[in-house]
Amino acid sequence: MHTLTLSELAKKLRAKEFSVTELTKSLLARIDASQSSLNAFITVTAESALAQAKAAEGKLASGDAGPLTGLPLAHKDIFCTQGIKTSCGSKMLDNFVSPYDATVVEKLNAAGMVTLGKTNMDEFAMGSSNETSYYGPVKNPWDPSLVPGGSSGGSAAAVAARIAPIATATDTGGSIRQPASLCGVTGIKPTYGRVSRYGMIAFASSLDQGGLISQSAEDAAMVLGAMSGFDLRDSTSVDAPVPNYVETLNAPLAGLRIGLIKEFFEKGLDASVEKIIRDALKVYEKLGAKLVDVKLPALPLSVPTYYVVAPAECSSNLARFDGVRYGYRAKDPKDLMDLYKRSRGEGFGAEVKRRIMTGTYVLSAGYYDAYYLKAQRVRQLINQDFKRAFGEVDVLMGPTAPDVAFGIGAKASDPIQMYLNDIYTIGANLAGVPAMSIPCGFVRNLPVGLQIAGPHFAEAKLLNVAHMYQKETDWHRQIPAAFQKEKLS
Amino acid sequence: MTWETVIGLEIHAQLSTKSKIFSGSSTAYGSSPNSQASLVDLAYPGVLPVLNGEAVRMAVKFGLAVGAQVAPRSVFARKNYFYPDLPKGYQISQYELPVVAKGHMDIVLDDGTKKRIGITRAHLEEDAGKSLHEGLPKQSGIDLNRAGTPLIEIVSEPDMRSAKEAVAYLKKVHTLVRYLEICDGNMQEGSFRCDANVSVRKVGAEKFGTRAEIKNINSFRYVEKAINYEVARQIDVIEGGGKVVQETRLYDPDKGETRSMRSKEEANDYRYFPDPDLLPVEIDSAYIANVKATLPELPDQKAERFAAQFGLSEYDAGVLTSSKELAAYYEEVAKLLAGGKEPSKEQAKLAANWVAGSLAAALNEHNLEIGESRIGAAGLAGLLGRIADNTISGKIAKDVFEAMWAEGKDADAIIESKGLKQITDTGAIEKAIDEVMAKNPGQLADYRSGKDKLFGFFVGQVMKSTGGKANPAQLNELLKKKLAG
Repeated sequence: MHTLTLSELAKKLRAKEFSVTELTKSLLARIDASQSSLNAFITVTAESALAQAKAAEGKLASGDAGPLTGLPLAHKDIFCTQGIKTSCGSKMLDNFVSPYDATVVEKLNAAGMVTLGKTNMDEFAMGSSNETSYYGPVKNPWDPSLVPGGSSGGSAAAVAARIAPIATATDTGGSIRQPASLCGVTGIKPTYGRVSRYGMIAFASSLDQGGLISQSAEDAAMVLGAMSGFDLRDSTSVDAPVPNYVETLNAPLAGLRIGLIKEFFEKGLDASVEKIIRDALKVYEKLGAKLVDVKLPALPLSVPTYYVVAPAECSSNLARFDGVRYGYRAKDPKDLMDLYKRSRGEGFGAEVKRRIMTGTYVLSAGYYDAYYLKAQRVRQLINQDFKRAFGEVDVLMGPTAPDVAFGIGAKASDPIQMYLNDIYTIGANLAGVPAMSIPCGFVRNLPVGLQIAGPHFAEAKLLNVAHMYQKETDWHRQIPAAFQKEKLS
Repeated sequence: MTWETVIGLEIHAQLSTKSKIFSGSSTAYGSSPNSQASLVDLAYPGVLPVLNGEAVRMAVKFGLAVGAQVAPRSVFARKNYFYPDLPKGYQISQYELPVVAKGHMDIVLDDGTKKRIGITRAHLEEDAGKSLHEGLPKQSGIDLNRAGTPLIEIVSEPDMRSAKEAVAYLKKVHTLVRYLEICDGNMQEGSFRCDANVSVRKVGAEKFGTRAEIKNINSFRYVEKAINYEVARQIDVIEGGGKVVQETRLYDPDKGETRSMRSKEEANDYRYFPDPDLLPVEIDSAYIANVKATLPELPDQKAERFAAQFGLSEYDAGVLTSSKELAAYYEEVAKLLAGGKEPSKEQAKLAANWVAGSLAAALNEHNLEIGESRIGAAGLAGLLGRIADNTISGKIAKDVFEAMWAEGKDADAIIESKGLKQITDTGAIEKAIDEVMAKNPGQLADYRSGKDKLFGFFVGQVMKSTGGKANPAQLNELLKKKLAG
């Protein structure tokens, strides 16, 4: 069962080849068996999953089922889940049981999906390697000595290891696409505003976007529609109709104009990764697409821009974690200041503190104009670059990450090296455009991801473009050796 | 050396929306602690603010009423600081782009001249919660019921030159927000409060002196006292060779003094930046026209109308329009007095004297609002009707008024039961005069020998013997004739 994609599972459940409970139990067993080696989950919700499975079976039997009824998934532990611990990968929220469901969770519950548990992640989604998690690093299923990427490393590893068929994730600067790339799975970060942020613990509000990590574009298309749409509780969600993403998956690509971001191929890109990307582009040419070089001159400024805007917002967003109403509280505070200082000092990890400090600094009187305001102006330029590019081409393509997965600990002591891992992904967040990463080959037996970006609300086009490639190739069906067997030891 | 005082006010007015500015919780005052705090008010992880459109409408209403510009685009910003009653660690406010800018308000000075006070801006923001200390030894409690209550902060130009002017301006704004029904104006509950920026400079100086900001003053009386204290303090400091430091001060009403809360150096760096969770507020001309159409007759307009329509003095018109309810009460009294028709100037003046005089005094004495008056408009009109038709004199009417206030009966019942009806029968008055003259032969002789001043003595004696009921005009006329012999 574990090798089946979501769409295949849906068919077989309806054909009664196995029950939702059997499927759920099998996956729970895989999660359990892999936990010590992968560490992909923070919380496993076996009991409620089996209850949801039972309810789904009832719906399937009575004919009340929707297309997603009974399909299992995992949620990144950044999404609030009612009655279930929601830690955001932090000691700060280790004791936090959310009293409410995030909109995404509410919608997918309503669609009848079965929640297997909550996946591990970098603390408050700040990290590109999953090493900042309070719950320890997630291992890359392709090589346990390597990182899975981050911050949605748990979701990416879980899908790569086929211990969850699909998982929700979030992307602020590449947190869906980069781990998808490093784990050899499909990831989609929708347009900013496509998916409600209500109940998704905020890191950088103007950049955060919920999305999916899946085995295939087709699987993502099935679920994305159900989790998208305007939400009265999120003023930044966009009131635009949600298309049926599955219907347009097979649209032919003849005449598709693919833009290659010149700046991304210039320097810093591993040569063997570049070769794999060029090979993938050839597949598209065979499908009738045309390759066009495009320039996005402001794009190389995206890393410094991001590392002003995101910390600024995070420094304010994380102020609510003060030890007063919920979450970690320091023992025996002497006074109010002591309570604040120690609760935050003991509750947050080093990377989170670094970003809070950076953000506080760039917003300070006397520095605001030089940093925050200037970064916002550069952001406008990057936005215009994308806009101009999408006047010339339908989608942009390039590498998702400059290299394949790196070793656990290899970049942990050098934040700048770590930040540069997101060099290709951050632009889409700054511009708010949708982007995907799909597996397109291997270098040194490690997966490489192809990034596809499109104009605002072009999710249907991206999924179509990714799906057509996945019909031609089987990179997305590759499973790491250690996780190929149904029963994991 | 003479000093000039410079004052600017920042008024915080809680908007009377049913729910909070960014959540659906109720804004009702006085509920048990934290019973009106939703997940959004408690700043739970993952929650987001959603703007209450009603708060924007109210702010726009205010902007239009003070002749201000309503911004086509305004932006919410985060004001970052840590405090236990501020759950998010930031207050959502407006900073660079407020919803209302550049308005004004005219006040009347003691000498009757008008002065225009500039309103720099008015912006929307959320109120904080409250820290509770009573009954909690060694602890502080937090009540977040108030957290998220919508406020407009109305910032004036430093245009006021005395505590009196500041109070006049504050009262004017207070009147206006209640006319507009955007704030209940309850200062005790903190729905309407202000910070005063106070500085002094030598008369004729161009530059402003260093200012101190007195925080959270919640009564008109305290505003006047706090400013006067602060002005005297600053002059003392300067004349003593010192320098006024820029700081935040608190007014202690028990001690009647201001004291330092924090200096400029200790002030928070609020790190304002646009709130990424909220979209800019965009207001078009159709929206503005729509709000304009809902504006009531404003206090100044009403006062002008009262002066023109009823022939009232500017002062009376000002007093009678100081609240919408008082003005409505007055108009009702005048109309009833005129039998439902347009009141004559005399009727309007009589009604004005009584509403602004005895009635206002009684309300003030008992600390009541006009809506709580023990004498309704119909009751007062009934009393004034008896003055107008000579049933009672104005003097007796005062007694009747007091009896009405105390007993809750109408004027006629009291006049009847106490036998206060005026004596207008010439024969009866003449008889009373004759008796007084007979009893006081000495005074009569003196009067007739030229002591004119004794006329008052005779008036008093007749009034005394008639229980004050003799019609004064008739009495004067008849007494003159009789005394002349």
